[in-house]
Amino acid sequence: MTTATPSRTRAAGATTLASALNRALRDSLREDPSVHILGEDVGTLGGVFRITDGLAAEFGADRCLDTPLAEAGILGTAVGMAMYGLRPVVEMQFDAFAYPAFEQLVSHVARMRNRTAGRMPLPITVRIPYGGGIGGVEHHSDSSEAYYAHTPGLHVVTPATVADGYGLLRAAIASDDPVVFLEPKRLYWSKEDWSAEAPAPVEPIGRAVVRRRGTSATLITYGPSLPVCLEAAEAAKAEGWDLAVVDLRSLAPFDDETVAAAVRATGRAVVVHESSGFAGVGAEIAARVSERCFHHLAAPVLRVTGFDIPYPPPMLEQHHLPGVDRILDAVGRLQWEQ
Amino acid sequence: MTVLDHDLAAAWTPDAHGPRRDPAPLLPDREPVRVLGTPALRRTVDSPGGRELLRDLHRRLVVGRRFNQQATTLTKQGRLAVYPASTGQEACQIAVAGALRPGDWLFPSYRDTLAVVSRGVDPLETLTLLRGNAHCGYDPYQHQVAPLSTPLATQAPHAVGLAHAARMRGDSTVALALVGDGGTSEGDFHEALNFAGVLNAPVVFLVQNNGYAISVPLAKQSAAPTLAHKAVGYGIQGRLVDGNDAVAVHTVLSEAVQHARSGEGPVLVEAVTYRLEAHTNADDAGRYRSAEEVADWQARDPLTLMERHLREAGVIGDAEVAAATDEAEQLADRMRTLFHVKPDLDPMSLFEHVYAEPTPQLREQAAQLAAELAAEAATEDQR
Repeated sequence: MTTATPSRTRAAGATTLASALNRALRDSLREDPSVHILGEDVGTLGGVFRITDGLAAEFGADRCLDTPLAEAGILGTAVGMAMYGLRPVVEMQFDAFAYPAFEQLVSHVARMRNRTAGRMPLPITVRIPYGGGIGGVEHHSDSSEAYYAHTPGLHVVTPATVADGYGLLRAAIASDDPVVFLEPKRLYWSKEDWSAEAPAPVEPIGRAVVRRRGTSATLITYGPSLPVCLEAAEAAKAEGWDLAVVDLRSLAPFDDETVAAAVRATGRAVVVHESSGFAGVGAEIAARVSERCFHHLAAPVLRVTGFDIPYPPPMLEQHHLPGVDRILDAVGRLQWEQ
Repeated sequence: MTVLDHDLAAAWTPDAHGPRRDPAPLLPDREPVRVLGTPALRRTVDSPGGRELLRDLHRRLVVGRRFNQQATTLTKQGRLAVYPASTGQEACQIAVAGALRPGDWLFPSYRDTLAVVSRGVDPLETLTLLRGNAHCGYDPYQHQVAPLSTPLATQAPHAVGLAHAARMRGDSTVALALVGDGGTSEGDFHEALNFAGVLNAPVVFLVQNNGYAISVPLAKQSAAPTLAHKAVGYGIQGRLVDGNDAVAVHTVLSEAVQHARSGEGPVLVEAVTYRLEAHTNADDAGRYRSAEEVADWQARDPLTLMERHLREAGVIGDAEVAAATDEAEQLADRMRTLFHVKPDLDPMSLFEHVYAEPTPQLREQAAQLAAELAAEAATEDQR
């Protein structure tokens, strides 16, 4: 089990998640001529979130291609490019705009290696900005990770720190399997001390990390909910709770080993994510933890998630998103001895 | 057109009084191109290599028909789980192989097994999907044939992407995507043609319009003048050909492939044909089409058409027909033998190719299945 605490200072040289992702794309394009980016507005504009800023200018329009506005066509075209030996990186403009590409993803991208007995792997990275909290209007704030994590053949990863933004994206592009790379869009502009000159070595996909050690209970989370959980853990000290926080980083494959060890260490667990709870990733995590840690648990595994409602209008989203108070309420319900 | 649309278009169109590109050269042939029964056949006979080409097309048709018959028989015997026959569409199926060069790529749909076999893939490997022992039994890279695609038209954008990638690499590869009339209604068909036009990708789309999408006739599928006219909306070339005229399909498809290869852009070819058999062995075509209609199309059977016209033109005689029939029977014999043997299946292979490396979860599940298999084997040993 590794421990790493993200530094969240705003010191000189601090880097945003957005620029670390841009750097990861630039380094991948530079090192591997088979890497090609394609998507809506990724060329001249640099993407609506500027994650591909400057890449078309540096590597040419072919390497960073502005496509027609058609997500199934974008991903389907990427499949053909991958069949011919390229390593496409697709940008879906927003979470809810990726749904037209769902059939290509589920019926072909996820299955081609299996369908062809390993002869035709598709090393495609599908980048999707996801999650709410940015005041976005409808269709701009979905958390769609459960759809993808449910699909065999896909890896689903999501960074929550600047360093992981770089490292996981490099790993995703280098992977010979298709990777759905979910970018927590509300963390795009969060900064950390992170040196682009000496990026950390790229870790293999599939390992969770303990962001905060604790003894009372374990918060299990990922992506946009990590900062919220870390804040909750700080606030919990006033209640006398010492909370551990696990950042999954990879939803598929799932790091049972790290998660189970972190739960056994405290005997109590709360899963936190933005997306709706019903049939969500948290349900899977709660089941896996119960199956593996039953005799170590002092209380049922609880979930703090978005409500089971369509994503609300931005002026109401603060009521939907898991916040510090809701997390602490859940911790308080973990059957503490009086 | 709403006022808003009109105003917006006028605001930025370089020439507000006409299209940005003349659509006339993109329009498909007014009538389906035919060679058999026209003076064009004589010209083909007299052209260099013409007789050999015609005999080869005839031979492939005879073998193709036998392939369809034998696969249908194998289904009735329970050797195949299901078989969507291309009987009646063989002219389109076999033209594919002749129009493509080695190195070109074929993107077939589920009814295109004959096209896949014509391209050189072994029948046993081609039919694994329909036999039920493997999704794709052949190596796509051996003959440049993508796996048979079951979700309609979803393989069309793959063809565009591959052709685009080849063009970026400076290769002369052409990709050919096979779609049916029903498939042209799918969003992926639209997106593929649009991307192909925008990227100027060296790709050809062959629509085998066999009149029905299972039970739904073309009139309920599309209001387009012809399916080939759809090309114009994407700024690409449309072609219309008699899909039961093997020489015409070969000619038009070869021209389309050459058009794409030379960088002139993608082509949409509509081949008008007919599915003489039901959708699959599980379908009852009598519920949606009349015996008279089927009889009309049987009178235009691509194989009998070809044989009659080539005999009249003195290109083939009894000897050629006998030789082709002999080859067809050899294929049928081989299929009977191959499919008589029970496939060798390893349940543990279920976990092998989901990912490059199995995940920890798949390792656990593989161990579970292995234990189940071992327990089964132990029980059988005790008996």
